Amino acid sequence: MQDEAIYAALMPIFEDVFMRDDIVLAPELSAKDVAGWDSFKQIEIIIAVESQFGFKFHTRELDSLRNVGDLVRVVREKNSARVVLT
Amino acid sequence: MTDLSWLPETSGWRGALKDFSKNAEASWAQAVDLANFRLDFFQTNALDEIVRRRWGEEVPTGITGKPIRLAILGSSTLAHLQASIRVGGLRRGLHITVYENDYGQYRQELEEEGSALYAFRPTVVLFALDAATLTSGLRIGQSASEARSALNATLEEVRHCWRLARRIFEGIVVQQACLPVFPSMLGNNEHRLPGSRAWGVTYINDRLRAIADEEGAHILAVDARVVEHGLGAWHSETLWHRSRQEVALTAAPFYGDLVARLVAAEQGRSFKCLALDLDNTLWGGVIGDDGLEGITLGQGSALGEAYVAFQTYVRDLSRRGVILAVCSKNDEKNAREPFERHPDMILRTLDIACFVANWTDKVTNLRRIAKELNIGIDSIVFVDDNPFERNFVRQELPMVAVPEVSDDPTYFPKILATAGYFEGLVVTKDDLARTTQYVGNQQRESFRSQAMDMASYLAGLEMRLIPRDFDRIGLQRIVQLINKTNQFNLTTRRYTETQVQGVMEDGTAVGLQLRLTDRFGDNGIIGIVIGRLEGADFVIDTWLMSCRVLGRQVEVITLNLIADRARALGARRLVGDYIATAKNGMVREHYQNLGFTIVHADEQGSRSVLDIQNFSPKPTAITIVSE
Repeated sequence: MQDEAIYAALMPIFEDVFMRDDIVLAPELSAKDVAGWDSFKQIEIIIAVESQFGFKFHTRELDSLRNVGDLVRVVREKNSARVVLT
Repeated sequence: MTDLSWLPETSGWRGALKDFSKNAEASWAQAVDLANFRLDFFQTNALDEIVRRRWGEEVPTGITGKPIRLAILGSSTLAHLQASIRVGGLRRGLHITVYENDYGQYRQELEEEGSALYAFRPTVVLFALDAATLTSGLRIGQSASEARSALNATLEEVRHCWRLARRIFEGIVVQQACLPVFPSMLGNNEHRLPGSRAWGVTYINDRLRAIADEEGAHILAVDARVVEHGLGAWHSETLWHRSRQEVALTAAPFYGDLVARLVAAEQGRSFKCLALDLDNTLWGGVIGDDGLEGITLGQGSALGEAYVAFQTYVRDLSRRGVILAVCSKNDEKNAREPFERHPDMILRTLDIACFVANWTDKVTNLRRIAKELNIGIDSIVFVDDNPFERNFVRQELPMVAVPEVSDDPTYFPKILATAGYFEGLVVTKDDLARTTQYVGNQQRESFRSQAMDMASYLAGLEMRLIPRDFDRIGLQRIVQLINKTNQFNLTTRRYTETQVQGVMEDGTAVGLQLRLTDRFGDNGIIGIVIGRLEGADFVIDTWLMSCRVLGRQVEVITLNLIADRARALGARRLVGDYIATAKNGMVREHYQNLGFTIVHADEQGSRSVLDIQNFSPKPTAITIVSE
């Protein structure tokens, strides 16, 4: 899966979680840039991403997420790992 | 899954929510409508957010029911449950304001006048204590009595908190059952390991219920939901480690609905009446087209069994105090016929408090039912297999609950139960007044244990045997019994439907289907006999019985019946064959036990005869009832 496609899939998730449609997703975007992005919202994002892409994050992967770029990277890696397996 | 599966799916919901959020005139009633969809966690949060932007903490004007101030107290993360509790209330038209204690501080807040909790003045206090906290007194290595007293100390502490809450606030106390989150260590017999947390949860949940009954608190039975949905649907170890969320985010909407239905029940706002469609809801097929013999109901097919199971669930609801109504598009005479004449109907005319069958639309008829029963139309649940009717009623009467049932009756009971429409907190005398005729296997068994001996037990059973010649209504069940009965079956001869019909048309043959009822209920068709006159002999071709009624003298009275019928045909002897199979050893001596004489026997079986000219029927505890 290309990064552009992952960003496109993440957009509605962020809209749902923050109830806003003006967030611009970029690799460096992180919790401090978005009002209300606290640890609860972080979990909501994770749950929504898991249900959208159909996988579960490894706890280590969750601990490594610092910004949107990290999230996109982990989604990309997990997706390609799955393709190899199937 | 913890889906709100009884609510309609959310196609188009996002758009409706957007319209709602932009409409300055949008009403509370419209918000209630939006809550009555199969919302997931995100949709629930979105609706909650918009409702709160509109009304804030203000109670909107014109809402029915007292506004509720709910404090959720615990020592783990509970913030993610708040929106779902509010939306669960909204779904029922209730306005709920939620307060959550400062993290881990609920005990202090309860004790200290002037705390934020005091200022909040809750009308409902919900204790949502996590399993780790409740079992914190346990250690592996404790003796059994040490483990028990550790848990009992915790339970007394919980009781103390309830009493504090009740003393300070005028409201109800709700205790969330402990979630069984711990892996076992010993295994199947976990209860033998003192200090096991998995065992501790079982012990706590058991005791919590007993203490709640003593103290007048109510239990939020999340443990029962875990049994139904699986722990994985309710608890995520990842989320527990990450943020101390014990109830998983995704289960929050269900959690909120459980809380709200309990609070609604406390306000007397549970649903009271179940209005039922008939065709393809209580039986399969269309009574007006298919007739009494053509509808699918009763033993003989899985579908027929499913309708019986649904009717049984509905009947038991009515015995618990739920009012039943019929709302059907039918000629009334046709609609009533199964209730009066179909042998497999569980529901009878007397069970239905209001019977409306006509060709008027269902909205008008539901209004009429509410009026005739003198209940609010918002206390009716309407079950209909037809999506058109469901949507029509939802649209015109949004206050009527219309569960999203499929057209498969197998799932009807579960959907009604999961939706929690008839949530009750106590069982009143009024409720049980309807249960005087309550019957069932359990009572049959307890009655058996009380009875002095078998003879008086049988006499007290008030058994009635209803013999009928083979007929079209019973045909399916007859064919099924003939082809699946292996144990109490003297000859194990299998017949097709056509062959059974042949027996019906043969003047020298007798085909009997035997139904047994007793004071506990109807056992259904439990015996089949086929015999033919051959000269002066009446030859018993087939005699089979359901093993459910063994030991009740049904064989003896059946012999009396056969003798009567054989004599009426002019027979002087009964001839009974036993054909041995791998499975029917239990009836090897059936005829001898009934007084027959063996005339021939080998390892294939035996033939026995009985003179019926001088036969005197043996007494039994069973009365024969002719229809």
